[in-house]
Amino acid sequence: MSAPADDRTEASTTPVATSDGRHHAVVFVALLALLCIAPFVLYPVFLMSVLCFALFASALNLLLGYNGLLSFGHAAFFGTASYVAAYAAKDWNLTPELAILLGTTAAAVLGTAIGALSIRRQGIYFAMVTLAFAQMVYFVALQAPFTGGENGIQAVPRGRLFGLVGLDNDLTLYFVVLAIVGCSLLLIYRIIHSPFGQVLKAIRDNEARAVSMGYKTNRYKLAVFVMSATLAGLAGATKALVFQLASLTDAHWSMSGEVVLMTLLGGMGTVFGPLVGAATVVTMQNYFAGFGAWVTVIQGAIFVVAVLLFREGIVGVLSRWIRKPL
Amino acid sequence: MTVVRGDIILSADKLGKRFGGFAAVTDVDLEVRRGSIHALIGPNGAGKTTCFNLLTKFLQPTSGTILFNGRDITRLPPAEIAQLGLVRSFQISAVFPRLSALENVRLALQRRTRGDSFDFWRSERSLHALDDKARERIAEVGLSDYAEVAAGALPYGRKRALEIATTLALEPQMLLLDEPMAGMAHEDIGRIAALIKSVSVGRTILMVEHNLSVVADLSDRITVLARGRVLAEGSYDEVSKDPRVIEAYIGVGHG
Repeated sequence: MSAPADDRTEASTTPVATSDGRHHAVVFVALLALLCIAPFVLYPVFLMSVLCFALFASALNLLLGYNGLLSFGHAAFFGTASYVAAYAAKDWNLTPELAILLGTTAAAVLGTAIGALSIRRQGIYFAMVTLAFAQMVYFVALQAPFTGGENGIQAVPRGRLFGLVGLDNDLTLYFVVLAIVGCSLLLIYRIIHSPFGQVLKAIRDNEARAVSMGYKTNRYKLAVFVMSATLAGLAGATKALVFQLASLTDAHWSMSGEVVLMTLLGGMGTVFGPLVGAATVVTMQNYFAGFGAWVTVIQGAIFVVAVLLFREGIVGVLSRWIRKPL
Repeated sequence: MTVVRGDIILSADKLGKRFGGFAAVTDVDLEVRRGSIHALIGPNGAGKTTCFNLLTKFLQPTSGTILFNGRDITRLPPAEIAQLGLVRSFQISAVFPRLSALENVRLALQRRTRGDSFDFWRSERSLHALDDKARERIAEVGLSDYAEVAAGALPYGRKRALEIATTLALEPQMLLLDEPMAGMAHEDIGRIAALIKSVSVGRTILMVEHNLSVVADLSDRITVLARGRVLAEGSYDEVSKDPRVIEAYIGVGHG
């Protein structure tokens, strides 16, 4: 057996794998500044939608890009949290922060159960198991008496934050959503760049080796799965308040596919990729809405082009250009 | 035969593994003396790698027991075996390709000094305390110039060196090397052999290897496997003269 040819590439021409992360802080601050001005230029509900999906995609990316686990059932967590938050806000008249908290908790509990069973399988089998569980959740959403079936839960009141601040004004809600998503993204950033995150990346790169070094990899995989599910839930619960709606779309398998698409398009395994991917996809859906059913075709075509031309995703390519991890 | 238990670091008793109807390994008895370099050889398909996977618990044996330092480890999960100080390498070089060489080694130090790391709230900077130690390990295998390079971009021989540096950072009592010379260019073999010799000081090494000149050079004791069973055991001179060994090798076309 001889060494594969690509093993002989010149080490000096390849990008450096470590970085102090200072440029990340610069991008974060610039992004925050941009997002503070944005609602005065663009439609706030559209921006909130982008933010929710950016969080959703980042949650998936934590699992896929940094632990190498492709979940094809993340809509289960997004949808469940969306329904629970909507129900809590509408039928129990809970304040928005409590409704979101309850929805997120529901996703965390569900994530623990599904995660514990799914991580026993690898690769495509893992993806299929998560998809199967998500289909079960979808079935419950369709049939259960409290989800409103085909209608979903509509006219969810946005309520008053902490019982004080009314959120019916889009601009007020926008800054609440920005705070929620911003803090969550910082949390994800910290998870990725922690001693725990370091082990996650090792498992992603070579799980057998991580085991042979004494790491109990299943515990790490379960932990990150639950984190990812919880954050996906937070995105779903927040979305329910923004659109005042929880519907079957949130729990449908195509939602799971869409968030994978956003992550891949933006660049999986990059910090900012999911944000760019989510913004791109949501913008397409918004501005191409006039094309009707053709939106999915256009989306599919763009995805094919993206996979063929830049497999690392938009941010992945940028990161290679500037030779710094983004 | 009675043995002094204290002298044997790893022993297998009637070890067996069946895959459905196929017996990959049958009744393998193996005793590895503390501080020795022990080689496991045999023609292709003899069950060497299966044996290795059984000893490190990457496979669960169907029958038999394994003792490490006198302790029964037959039912332990592989990660705990590693924590006891029995660490294996892999046939294909096992590095974390997207992490830098420094991070690769640091992960071993991280495991050994901090145990499991579930602290997701702490900054990566807390790991910088291990950097100096990691750089020392990297320097030992001559990779100082590559510390910041992604491991996946290293040439094959250097990947193997990095793997050994990472393994040594775990400070294992015993190393199991699965074909350390596989895929090596001729000029790399001498370097890695010397490295193995130097790290064997104060340690026990069990290795699977096809390169018989390396085996002859390094090993204190050799176990020959054929068709999943132990065929012979002894020093290189003894086993290389054993007619059954010669037959097993010549019979399947090996030199």
